[in-house]
Amino acid sequence: MKTLKLGLLRGRMEVKVFMRGRESVVFTLLFPVILLFIFGSVFQNTIAPGVTFSQYFVAGMIASGLVNTGFQQLAITIPMEREFGTLKRLRGRPISVSAYFIGKAYLVTILMILQTALLLGFGAAFFGLDIPTTSGKWITFTWLILLGSACSTVLGIAFSVVPKSGRGASAIVSPIVIILQFFSGVFFVFSELPIWMQQFAALFPLKWLTQGMRSVFLPESFATQEVAGNWELGRTAIILTLWLIIGLILSIKTFKWSEE
Amino acid sequence: MSTNTKPAIEISGLIKRYGQKVAVDGIDLTVYQGEIFALLGPNGAGKTTTVEILEGFRNLSGGKVRVLDFDPATTGEAGRKWRNKIGIVLQSTTDAADLSVQETVEHFSHYYENPRNVDEVIDEVGLREKAKELARNLSGGQRRRLDVALGIIGSPELLFLDEPTTGFDPEARRAFWDLLNKLRGEGTTIFLTTHYLDEAEALADRVGVITAGKIIEIATPATLGDRGNAPARITWLENGQMQELETSEPTAELKKLSTRFNGEIPQLQVIRPNLEDIYLRMIGENR
Repeated sequence: MKTLKLGLLRGRMEVKVFMRGRESVVFTLLFPVILLFIFGSVFQNTIAPGVTFSQYFVAGMIASGLVNTGFQQLAITIPMEREFGTLKRLRGRPISVSAYFIGKAYLVTILMILQTALLLGFGAAFFGLDIPTTSGKWITFTWLILLGSACSTVLGIAFSVVPKSGRGASAIVSPIVIILQFFSGVFFVFSELPIWMQQFAALFPLKWLTQGMRSVFLPESFATQEVAGNWELGRTAIILTLWLIIGLILSIKTFKWSEE
Repeated sequence: MSTNTKPAIEISGLIKRYGQKVAVDGIDLTVYQGEIFALLGPNGAGKTTTVEILEGFRNLSGGKVRVLDFDPATTGEAGRKWRNKIGIVLQSTTDAADLSVQETVEHFSHYYENPRNVDEVIDEVGLREKAKELARNLSGGQRRRLDVALGIIGSPELLFLDEPTTGFDPEARRAFWDLLNKLRGEGTTIFLTTHYLDEAEALADRVGVITAGKIIEIATPATLGDRGNAPARITWLENGQMQELETSEPTAELKKLSTRFNGEIPQLQVIRPNLEDIYLRMIGENR
């Protein structure tokens, strides 16, 4: 009970701090919208009957948004909090590490809602994104977001032990995210990528999230254009759940409060 | 000394190794409830390692420590209950949160079962005028005072201060000393490490000198290093030159001089070694 209360208290504080950091707001929240604007403006071509590349791209960017606000953001900021002593200061207080994690999850949830709303609004207004009308698609959308952001959060916390210093974290984490985005069919049509790239991407959650988001935002007829010939939602759920479990175990086992 | 006989900190045979290197080499020490204890020592002597073991940040390699009758390495719910009674001011923090002084102190106050009044704490550390300022915009000394505010917000029974006044100007240091004396008056036990001998002398009921991982003496500031019996230096002007002599019986020497001058002794000074002289001699002998 106390842990949950303190976790939410921390979460609200984290959101306040986040919103005051100009770089983090621009880099994490607005950057995907800027990318959408650039890619949507450059690639106006139609990739299948009734499907423009920008529609395809919005679905991918919403999936990427889960990676940006969770994995990328946490894997960069936690090493900085470790380096600057924020975590050590916390450790000396009557607060559990779970409360810290809950605070981070709260922050990720708020950011994810904001970012998804921005992308949906922007995509619908300027790039012909069809907002789904059936409840089935909204259910898919909801579980993808929930499972995807949970996965992204625990993997971000787990990966936060990899960067040796807070200052260097961004240089390690950002390229990984960008490469995954290229391999997972965010910037290009996935089925047109080389097979080895597809197979590599299929090991990680982002490919499955983008494919799932396409099932929500693209017409049903597009399913046959996917590599497997359908949306593979069942497999997506299994793979995301596996990554969630791996991330949870790793983040609990490897988390450290300070650099030594 | 306003101490009672109940110990707040008990250390026996404490050893800490980092690989081959022995950082703390068998320390025995008891700090009593209600006292201010200062641990003095050069950089690398083992001060911070010792404090961080007491704070539960590091595991010990040997020996035993009890802090408020509790093993500080305990984790989980019991550990958090204990932490509720402990205040910690770390050596230095550089995190520049985008929170104001008021918001930061307020936030941390929610962690504790019995927090002090937020405004009162801000007043006490002298940050009233900076209450609305973001922590990242504070000067080094103000930053440190915020750290202290966060150390005392939970009304701790025991407060650890690791080099608390580094970067303070003399006025801020005096104000800080007053604050610590006030806390002691309220019954808080204080364990501090410091480089500043005048700080130890002004505040501490007892000081311990640590060098190369060993405590070489524990005493009151007035008696450290047999200071009370150390020879005094007398200087005066005679035949147009400053004269000097060292003696353990300065009063007898003065009598003789006074008789020789038949009254006033020109430019007379009697100098007792200060704590710094004693301390430097002690760590010099033990290098």
